[in-house]
Amino acid sequence: MCPRQLLTRRAFLRSLLNGGVLALLGATLYPIARYLFPPRGSEASVSSVVAANIGELATNTAKTFRFGTRPGLLIHTSQGRLKAFSAVCTHLNCTVQYDQHDEVIWCACHNGKFDLNGQVISGPPPRPLESYQVNLRGEEIVVSKSA
Amino acid sequence: MGRLERVRAYFRERYRLGPLGELAAHKTVPVHRHTFWYYWGGVTLLLIGIQIASGVLLLLYYRPSAQEAFESIRFIMTKVEFGWLVRSVHAWAAHLVIFCAMVHLSSTFFLKAYRPPRELTWLTGVVLFFILLGFGFTGYLLPWNTLAFFATKVGTEIAGVVPVAGPIVQTLLRGGSDVTDVTLTRFFWLHIAILPLALLGVVGLHLLMIQVQGMSKPLSVKTDRAMPFFPNFFLRDLMGWAVVLGVVLCLSVYWPATLGEKADPFAPTPAGIAPEWYFLWMFQTLKLFPSHVLGLEGELVAVGLTGLAGVVVLLVPWLDRPARQGRTHWLVWAAGAIGMTYVVGMTGYALWIGHHP
Repeated sequence: MCPRQLLTRRAFLRSLLNGGVLALLGATLYPIARYLFPPRGSEASVSSVVAANIGELATNTAKTFRFGTRPGLLIHTSQGRLKAFSAVCTHLNCTVQYDQHDEVIWCACHNGKFDLNGQVISGPPPRPLESYQVNLRGEEIVVSKSA
Repeated sequence: MGRLERVRAYFRERYRLGPLGELAAHKTVPVHRHTFWYYWGGVTLLLIGIQIASGVLLLLYYRPSAQEAFESIRFIMTKVEFGWLVRSVHAWAAHLVIFCAMVHLSSTFFLKAYRPPRELTWLTGVVLFFILLGFGFTGYLLPWNTLAFFATKVGTEIAGVVPVAGPIVQTLLRGGSDVTDVTLTRFFWLHIAILPLALLGVVGLHLLMIQVQGMSKPLSVKTDRAMPFFPNFFLRDLMGWAVVLGVVLCLSVYWPATLGEKADPFAPTPAGIAPEWYFLWMFQTLKLFPSHVLGLEGELVAVGLTGLAGVVVLLVPWLDRPARQGRTHWLVWAAGAIGMTYVVGMTGYALWIGHHP
């Protein structure tokens, strides 16, 4: 081989072929990978919903309502206050419910318990429940994401 | 020349079947006090066959959408002739295939069948076991009932806990940020297209390795006694298969699969929710794990430890160094026994809690 020759014709062609194969693989696999991901914006975001009507909930009861694609929990406490939280447990995404007897929010999946401020009392949940603002608009109870 | 012989000659002339016939004629199975455990791989294979056959039949009526999945299964179970039987066979064989794969995997572990040169046979076996768990997980959602819905929510959330890759895998599995109609379609796609392709490929490799290398003999066995695979072992295998098929049919007839209630994504998770029995040990572990361990979220630690256990199981042939030199070590046996006791114990505990809340 000539010492001044940095690249042989064989090496050049091999690089060209390898590069071409890689480019072809990339051009094939990239669209497949992108195809597998769901399109963005397919889930509309909601910031406020009518969760219930006044008088619909007796004291010490609760209602699960739709907040966009996720469930929310509206509680009418025994003290007469209205509280709303995301009903998605911060542990592993199960839907929590109101335990009238103990006046706590309970997750049936892994026995996590939250108080009526959404704070963890016991069990494996690592974070409090997301709390929502509750406002009255005429006869409607409107729940909104906290600013 | 008889008709059968003429057919054989026809194929012999066109395809070189000699080596295959030689392999079958010379294949032997060691005979010793642990020979019983050799049958479990064959039984697992039979159950995979039953799953493919019953699954193909279910496809004829099943509709993979949140609006129709539950109703289509109810239609199969109540209107289609023997539909209840086909679905029950599919459900029971799904339990049994995982059970048999567990027995097969445990027996090959304790008999150290993964010793060189069979490391890759073990590796493909463990991968097959994970694929079977994948079948169980994806198939569980397909009836779109309450139990399946929440089990899938938890299962896919667990996938999302893994740092970096977790959220990507979770989005791919769910087809969005939540378990929805899209998730059902994706699970159906995985259950009937992707996982079967992977299963057939890895099963093929696994069987090829066993045919080429023959069956492993435990270290404690010094005898060279063996029986021919054809017809001696094969006929015994067939007898075992007949018994297993009978068991599947009896279970399906006397304890047919139930359907539960249609999933309502906006209803609270009902009390007593639990996954299939083979995921119960992990479910119970997640239940008992504290919310924080050493400053990390408990679920991350639990999922991390489970993932690590999975990697350790995959790497057993390379980790058990004494076995590579033809020796046994009590520590390896103890590690396996502790792992098994933990899984069985936690499963039993979860079942007990389920009945004594």
